[in-house]
Amino acid sequence: MSFSVTEPSLRQKWIAGVLVVGYALITILPLIWIITTGFKSPADAIAYPPKVFFEPTLEGYVNLFTTRTRVTDETLAALGPPTTWYDAIVRQYDMVIAGPSRYGERFLNSVIIGFGSTFLSVFLGTIAAYAFSRFRVPLKDDLLFFILSTRMMPPIAVAIPIFLMFRQFGLNDTHLGMIMLYTAVNLSLSVWLLKGFIDEIPVEYEEAALIDGYTRFQAFIKVVLPQAATGIASTAIFCLIFAWNEYAFAVLLTSGTAQTAPPFIPTIIGVGGQDWPAVAAGATLFLVPVMVFTILLRKHLLRGITFGAVRK
Amino acid sequence: MAQIVIKDVRKEFGSFTAVQSSTFTVEDGEFFMLLGPSGCGKTTTLRMIAGLELPTSGEIYIGGEEVGQKPASQRDIAFVFQMFALYPHMNVRKNISYPLVSQGMPKAEVRRKVDEVANILGIENIMDRPVSGLSGGDRQRVALGRAIVREPKAFLMDEPLGALDAEFREHMAEELRALHDRMGATTIYVTHDQLEAMQMGDKIVVMNHGVVEQFGKPQDIYDWPATQFVANFIGSPPMNFLDFHGMVGTGSNHVILSEAEIAIPSLLAGANGDLSLGVRPEHLHLSDSAPYRGEIIATEYLGTTQIVTFRTANGDIKARIPSGAQAQVGEITGLTFDARTLSVFDKSTGRALLSDANTEVLGDG
Repeated sequence: MSFSVTEPSLRQKWIAGVLVVGYALITILPLIWIITTGFKSPADAIAYPPKVFFEPTLEGYVNLFTTRTRVTDETLAALGPPTTWYDAIVRQYDMVIAGPSRYGERFLNSVIIGFGSTFLSVFLGTIAAYAFSRFRVPLKDDLLFFILSTRMMPPIAVAIPIFLMFRQFGLNDTHLGMIMLYTAVNLSLSVWLLKGFIDEIPVEYEEAALIDGYTRFQAFIKVVLPQAATGIASTAIFCLIFAWNEYAFAVLLTSGTAQTAPPFIPTIIGVGGQDWPAVAAGATLFLVPVMVFTILLRKHLLRGITFGAVRK
Repeated sequence: MAQIVIKDVRKEFGSFTAVQSSTFTVEDGEFFMLLGPSGCGKTTTLRMIAGLELPTSGEIYIGGEEVGQKPASQRDIAFVFQMFALYPHMNVRKNISYPLVSQGMPKAEVRRKVDEVANILGIENIMDRPVSGLSGGDRQRVALGRAIVREPKAFLMDEPLGALDAEFREHMAEELRALHDRMGATTIYVTHDQLEAMQMGDKIVVMNHGVVEQFGKPQDIYDWPATQFVANFIGSPPMNFLDFHGMVGTGSNHVILSEAEIAIPSLLAGANGDLSLGVRPEHLHLSDSAPYRGEIIATEYLGTTQIVTFRTANGDIKARIPSGAQAQVGEITGLTFDARTLSVFDKSTGRALLSDANTEVLGDG
């Protein structure tokens, strides 16, 4: 690979820096807005002109995790002083906490479905990619094209047949159904990405292991997997991000038991006025797992994205 | 250590035949070279012996046991790859220990054996280094270490020096040969470099287009090639061919080339049609009075010798003569041939005709 070796001048560096920072600000601004809104009071959240500086409060988070009922002044007085800090917040509005909200469950559903389908996509994708990469598979090219072709239209285009199918098999609103669906959508991506990674691993490593007395399966586990870790990690991130953020199928196919967080968060707004801070709090917390997962694997991700681009 | 017998082994990939019915024997402790141009089936043959490919038909015996259809892991052989194939996620020590760990050997014993091997190869100082930072030669030594630590029945090497610099290759070749002499291990070594094969091998198999052309000691193959392919592939410059049309009978001891009579070893088989007289460059001599004439068209100075190219009525030929001898481009001179060293080939089959000189080497097949 050839590239220019001249050191950029100070001015060029400045221009590049300003461009990068400016672009980062634009993309990150909505995120900052969501995160700060989560800590505003409902009044501050809809103030015009918008408030950049405000008194932070955990009201949004309290509202996110609880359901509340309005009570009369007498009942409130009869209850005595609030026992916890979140009680105190709620009582400012003449309300008491009636119980936990469903956010926790929905969040857990997202975790189960998101990570479950990611695990399955990557697991199935790795073994399929290995087979495509190493063995003489009849009609290999056609099969690979067929797998890729499932991505040639937006998945939601087949929502109605899938909905009917799910209803027929009793998969509506089940974890299993959603995991299967997201796995199916992600699988083509994972097979293709991982095949690229596994193709890059010289076959001699496995052959050396075979000769050293390992079975093909052991060679796969002990030699191929460690080599493919980078590819597996970056594939997992792509799969998780899709499954985690998916909204349309989740709205259509889940309503209760298996409902994920994305369709649930907007419903928070309907409970007692437009509670933007609670919605923002829900969205903020929803970001955390993907962010943590990505940060944990970011070293792999960076290497993964440039993998194959650099001649070693 | 073990004797390896290849019997009628054949390998097809779909409609392509990579190896056609090959048979040869590698004796216990031999350094055996599989030589041929790329695509001749030598690597496929080696991979079949290793168990990385299974033969379409035929039998492979390692130490008397038929292993033709067994997986590599059950054959107890070691393989050294051209690209070394060291496990990149392990350090040197782990790479060398790996085959022992797979056998479930106790840790202390693994350590002892690995240290012993490190000592043999002189790599004690790099044992804890990651393999990615090593030089080509050190990688090669680690790959050898991984092979010898197991004390396998045989070593199989696929162009192990191919990835090294020319300068270093020479050194590693000596090191390899010395290592072999010390351990006395049966070794099969694949190469396309005829010099390497001649220099290191006890015995050579020459392959072409999936066919074993000849099998024997380096000197026998050099002196008495079985086919024109072998004659042309081995030697630098290769054997000269003087093409002529004619008939030679059983018992003939000369051929007529451009009206000059040239003595040859007495033939044990005759032939008729397009023939070729094969002569090594060093067996040609300049002689003003000789009846066979040629014009010098080029000379190449090589230090102690020079290569002189002649244009003759039967094609261009090269002679290796002392560099002190007079040879001017444009000069027409006579050529004499060392009678006992000549071979006659039948061009229609490419095979050498049996004579009383080569029958000892080629007689049995």
